[in-house]
Amino acid sequence: MLATIMFTLGLGGTCGIVLSAASKIFYVYEDPRIAQVEGFLAGANCGGCGFPGCSGAAEAVVSGKASPSVCMLVGPDNVAAIAAITGGEAGTAEALKSYNECIGGNRASDRYTYFGVNRCSAVASMYGGRRDCTIGCLGYGDCVRACKFDAIEMGPEGYPVINFEKCVGCGACQTVCPKTIIEVTPMSIRLTHLNTESDPLAPCRQTCPAEIDIPRYIDHIRKGEYEAAVNTIRERNPLLLTCGRVCPHPCEEMCRRAIEDDPVSINQLKRFVADIEMNSGKRYPIPCNPDTGKRIAVVGGGPAGLTVAYFLRRLGHHPTIYESMPKLGGMLRYGIPEYRLPKKVLDWEIDGILNLGIDHHVNAEMGFDFDLASLVGAGYDAVFFGVGAWNDYNLNIPGEELDGCLTGINFLAKMGKGEKVDIGKRAAVVGGGNTAIDCARTLVRMGLEKVYLVYRRTRKEMPANEVEIVAADHEGIEFVFLAAPSKVIGDENGRVKGLEYLKMELGEPDASGRRRPVPVEGSETVLEIDTIISAIGQNPDLSFKKEGTRLDDLEITRWNTFEVNPETCQTNVPYIFAAGDSQTGPATVVEAIGGARRSARAMDQFLRGKPVVGVPGALLASKKIKESIFERVKGIKQSERTQMPELPVKERIKTFEEVDLVISEKDAEKESNRCLNCCRLCYDPDITFDDKKKSAA
Amino acid sequence: MGDYIVIIMGSIFINNIILAQYLGACPFVGTSKKMETATGMAGAVVFVLTLAGVITWVINTYFLVQLNIEFLRTIAFIMVIASLVQFVEMFLKKSIPALYAGLGIFLPLITTNCAVMGVTLLNVQDELSFVAAVITSIAYALGFGLALILFAGLRERIDLGRVPGPLKETSIGLVTAGMLAMAFMGFRGMV
Repeated sequence: MLATIMFTLGLGGTCGIVLSAASKIFYVYEDPRIAQVEGFLAGANCGGCGFPGCSGAAEAVVSGKASPSVCMLVGPDNVAAIAAITGGEAGTAEALKSYNECIGGNRASDRYTYFGVNRCSAVASMYGGRRDCTIGCLGYGDCVRACKFDAIEMGPEGYPVINFEKCVGCGACQTVCPKTIIEVTPMSIRLTHLNTESDPLAPCRQTCPAEIDIPRYIDHIRKGEYEAAVNTIRERNPLLLTCGRVCPHPCEEMCRRAIEDDPVSINQLKRFVADIEMNSGKRYPIPCNPDTGKRIAVVGGGPAGLTVAYFLRRLGHHPTIYESMPKLGGMLRYGIPEYRLPKKVLDWEIDGILNLGIDHHVNAEMGFDFDLASLVGAGYDAVFFGVGAWNDYNLNIPGEELDGCLTGINFLAKMGKGEKVDIGKRAAVVGGGNTAIDCARTLVRMGLEKVYLVYRRTRKEMPANEVEIVAADHEGIEFVFLAAPSKVIGDENGRVKGLEYLKMELGEPDASGRRRPVPVEGSETVLEIDTIISAIGQNPDLSFKKEGTRLDDLEITRWNTFEVNPETCQTNVPYIFAAGDSQTGPATVVEAIGGARRSARAMDQFLRGKPVVGVPGALLASKKIKESIFERVKGIKQSERTQMPELPVKERIKTFEEVDLVISEKDAEKESNRCLNCCRLCYDPDITFDDKKKSAA
Repeated sequence: MGDYIVIIMGSIFINNIILAQYLGACPFVGTSKKMETATGMAGAVVFVLTLAGVITWVINTYFLVQLNIEFLRTIAFIMVIASLVQFVEMFLKKSIPALYAGLGIFLPLITTNCAVMGVTLLNVQDELSFVAAVITSIAYALGFGLALILFAGLRERIDLGRVPGPLKETSIGLVTAGMLAMAFMGFRGMV
């Protein structure tokens, strides 16, 4: 009896003493702030922050590895309370919401039947899903099961529908989705995502050089969510007012509706929402990531420079723009005439970008006012070149030095600055590109008697946008096709009085596939004119790359453009990046924007010390996802494309007022309803489009 | 030496602690949903069971038998194992933080694990020597780990399949466990 009691007491006592001693000896100091911080976190242990549970997140916050806003479930009050405990900055939490790309429908035909498989992950690993369509939603609802907040449910079409009221943006659904259907990606990833072959991309979206999510913003317009539409465009393109006016919209050429009907007027819709924002006078807020403290010099304040600065700023860096002209905008301001892009609109757009906190210096020319050495000396971490293509090619014919011979960009820039140019009464523009048309249409508005446009091939070969050619025709410009200028004739005062040209005829096709013009012997003809503007192409002015300016190693192509990796836009000097016309040669605004965004993505990698790499399976603009390009689309009801309202010809040739007008809200709604929702709605080229019931059965 | 091999094979396969003796069924069902969890649990059991085997043998031989109070065995073992786990947790947190982070929440879970209790009691029942008791403990723990990891692998695959509603999750798990136990019966009579 005694032994029993003694033993029990002894054992209990020993255990107690050992444990209490151990708790002293093996005591590990734990920051009391960790427990305090954990008290303010949501306690859902959702893992959305990427740390193991809320205690892990709290530890990371206290040790400074994560920001107080790490948890997306807590409100701003709690974030402030956490910041007070850790003594750090509250920072801005990215508002995250789940978004479902695929809106379903049972239209795509089935290729496989699975027995005993009921998970997306299982199906994805077995031949990629039951449907012919390999890019859409699999429909087994892994995301529904993954959601801890009951925010996702299966919709009537058998595809997940998100309840935005309940969604907290924890990202659990995105993690389980074996495709890129549901996304909750943070802003920085959305801004830097490049199109890849496995994304659900509509044909227009594959074609857009800026990779804008076109079906999504059209969907927002359809629902009247104009702010969301603008934000969607701004994730890829900060110059929406500009592009809505001047973009040649290659997207519309690939529009699936265009196979059977007129394409959706995508660009008009972009301009419509962009104008809604501008005309409301209130800017929609643009969120930026917390500061990284990295500084970047952006040389050139044109579309490429503005875009790269915009994306870098949103990613948390500090770009500074250096511009050689008196105002920002580059070719947008000095190359595109007022009647296509009013300066007032451009100013509003540029101000919006600068308001994000971007510094800029104007009248600062690379090679004169500063050079690479001074930029490096000023402590910039990277340099971006978007200097454009401002050098006009010469005609290389006798008499070109005479008074009255101008070059295209030079002329447009003078007009853009508001300088007076002596033109006379009759003028000829040489060239068939957009610059030539811009010059000719500007001349018409200056009240000239006669404006000729001299081009050495035919109208069919003209590289200018079709709408521009049509508008020029309407405005009374006389086209002189198959004509090669051979001599400029001057009078005794050294002033131009005529242009002699040789008539041409089309011969064999050349390397570009266009038929080569061949001169006809003895066909010299003279046009009586006072001014000649040659606009036969441009190349970048890289004269700042002189000997011994630290730019000696920089590789330049034989077209006098920057040599870069096309996916990252990085030059052979790791901290120098380039995009826009100075990298591609003269091209469109939207291509400059696309290149600049790729640059910004790569620069972000570079500035954060990560390897600068492209994306596997990246879809650069020329590549297409084969199965998404259809030959024909059955059952589309013809519906007329909304016509662009424009000023009548008689009025517009007298002023520089904007020619193209914006469509009405009613038309925008109608036009947005013409969109077929490609790659969002399940689709099968062999099933008639309106025959929904039959396909669902 | 041959005896030890017999003990090891017997403890892992023939008398598998879960599938033949039906001890430790709660963690077997509870921590087998994911392979990652299962391996963590298996590691923790090997660790704790080895230590428990040693210390309970000492307590039994030098205290309970000497003082002739073997009837206190169960209560003494519970106390010792519970304290041991607590002690080990504190020790690891201070001295080997990496191992502590790896075993994580599984260490305190084992406090209530009947497999540990069962093995220590079996050791006494079979009147094993010290070395034999230690080897048996390790082997039983390995058997536990083997069954748990096999089961977790099966459950992960079953999850991907189409299971009728009422049978989902634990129900189908228990059916599977039963079949797994029958499969292990095939080892009977090997030694």
